Amino acid sequence: MTAVNLRTAYGEALVRLGRKDWRVMALEADLGKSTQSVMFQAEFPDRYFQMGIAEQDMTSTAAGMALAGMIPFVHTFAIFATGRAYDQLRNSICVPNLNVRICGSSAGLSDFGDGKTHQSIEDVALMRAIPHMSVVCPADSIECEKMMECLLDWEGPVYIRINRNDLPFVTPPDEPYHIGKVTQLRDGRHVAIFAAGVMVSIALEAAKTLEAEGISARVVNVSTIKPLDRDAIVRYAAGVEAIVTAEEHSLIGGLGSAVMEALRSVAHAPVEFVGVPDTFGVSAEGYDGLMARYGLTPATVVKTAKALLKRT
Amino acid sequence: MKLEPAERMTVSETTVARVRERARLIRRSALEMIVKAGNGHPGGDMSSADILAALYFGVLRFDPKKPLDPGRDRFVMSKGHCSGAFYSALAMAGFFPEADLASYMKPLSKLNAHPCSAYLPGVETSTGPLGHGMPVAVGMAIAAQIDNAPYRVFVLTGDGEQQEGSNWEAGMTAGHRKLSNLTLIIDRNRLQQGARTEDTVGLEPLADKWRAFGWDVEEIDGHDHAQLLRVLAAPATPRHKPLCVIANTTKGRGVSFMCDQAKWHHGVPDAAQFATAMKELEA
Ligand SMILES: Cc1ncc(C[n+]2csc(CCOP(=O)(O)OP(=O)(O)O)c2C)c(N)n1
Ligand SMILES: [Mg+2]
Repeated sequence: MTAVNLRTAYGEALVRLGRKDWRVMALEADLGKSTQSVMFQAEFPDRYFQMGIAEQDMTSTAAGMALAGMIPFVHTFAIFATGRAYDQLRNSICVPNLNVRICGSSAGLSDFGDGKTHQSIEDVALMRAIPHMSVVCPADSIECEKMMECLLDWEGPVYIRINRNDLPFVTPPDEPYHIGKVTQLRDGRHVAIFAAGVMVSIALEAAKTLEAEGISARVVNVSTIKPLDRDAIVRYAAGVEAIVTAEEHSLIGGLGSAVMEALRSVAHAPVEFVGVPDTFGVSAEGYDGLMARYGLTPATVVKTAKALLKRT
Repeated sequence: MKLEPAERMTVSETTVARVRERARLIRRSALEMIVKAGNGHPGGDMSSADILAALYFGVLRFDPKKPLDPGRDRFVMSKGHCSGAFYSALAMAGFFPEADLASYMKPLSKLNAHPCSAYLPGVETSTGPLGHGMPVAVGMAIAAQIDNAPYRVFVLTGDGEQQEGSNWEAGMTAGHRKLSNLTLIIDRNRLQQGARTEDTVGLEPLADKWRAFGWDVEEIDGHDHAQLLRVLAAPATPRHKPLCVIANTTKGRGVSFMCDQAKWHHGVPDAAQFATAMKELEA
């Protein structure tokens, strides 16, 4: 049974990888219960490295292990994985194109309580900009499990963005998956909504509302933000009158930017982004409230689509 | 609390009593905030309450009405996750109304989960991500030297936090520059988020490490108010090195069921536990 909680699904998938391949190692920076790397620790204590509160050190240590042929998974909150250890990631891991997997846990706004210093809304922009780095963001636990299976053979570093919460199942369970896959979850002819992570289920909800109002929406799950399947983006952006991107990330440099980069040399319908404006987060009592504060809701997606279609 | 410099030399019984009472109130207040917010870090709040009380009610020179007074002593709360205790100390010291504490972690509250200097007077620099406070404090201490200003700079880190390399880079700078106006206090409660520090990445011999970095080191009982006052309020002038105070503490101190347990790092007491805790923290 796939766990609904993304962190739990991640932790279980990591254990399965560990059983399959001895080269899988886990490194943790004192957030093992939060990232769920504790599951790996329980089964493979000898391949688990508690590095203490020292993210930069952890990241470069993983580089050293990868140089010896291991597949290290480093764990901490997304904000520290990408921000604190950025130079280590860039220069020790991405320049030599090493097989290190970076688990950015409690990503986006999902660490709602801890506030601006802990909410990572720039991580996709940062990771996407580094040559060699791949960036994946599962829409649900089913997809997370399949992604993890791909991480044994994938060449080069991968950043995997993990939400803290339970996410509804939205991806087709039996469909094969590969990194780079862009999946249409629902077809429509008026508007195409490209979404990633938690925003996929929100886009699907929006599509239902739009349908009730006579607007047919295509919903596309872009769970690999890099390398982006440009052909698929162009294909799914064709034949509609409006395009909306939806992401739990800053409007600068994330999925919206990636989609626009893909569409830059082709004729396309007008595009609007749903995402976090250029601001730091705040502490909140709950995840939904924080998402609503920044308009990461079905209602905003609906409103944005209708505005582009001039149907307000 | 505005203190005359002379009062810093001797530790009077009244000061000790004042600090003890403030520490008790800080503990109660932090727990109330955590329960109301449904979130927080009680273990570290409780372990640092006595240190914060000693600083704000017996050591630091400041005027809460002029939080940016250039001559004020600086305090950097590097272990920013312990904002329940820190905000309580700031409010009791007069930086903002104590009534504001009820808004802890509410959306748009100035009392963010982690302290933000743009929001609150008395917060010298934003913290929360560990390992930021020390180098910022070193910068402040260097600035005081440049300005030939007599103020002192204090920084409080967790012990797990000492694993961040930034502390040691800053420590090297401070030792090299002989920043005698700088005092580092380590809340040595021997626990970090997941486990004991010595089972995670061991810190010992911690005092020897700091000495080797060119610091004076004092090891004290971090819950003994007289000791805290004596060591922290002693004038910086005769020293020629920065001072590291290893304050041996108990995580969760003051609430019996929280003491020395990793699970209370980030736990929230239920109603019955809260009632028990408040009873233990009665005068
Ligand atoms: C850079 C960074 N990494 C991880 C965390 C998550 N975190 C918050 S508190 C904590 C443990 C801190 O332990 P310690 O410094 O001993 O503090 P205390 O025991 O006083 O609470 C961790 C890992 C963080 N806030 N910042
Ligand atoms: Mg500690």
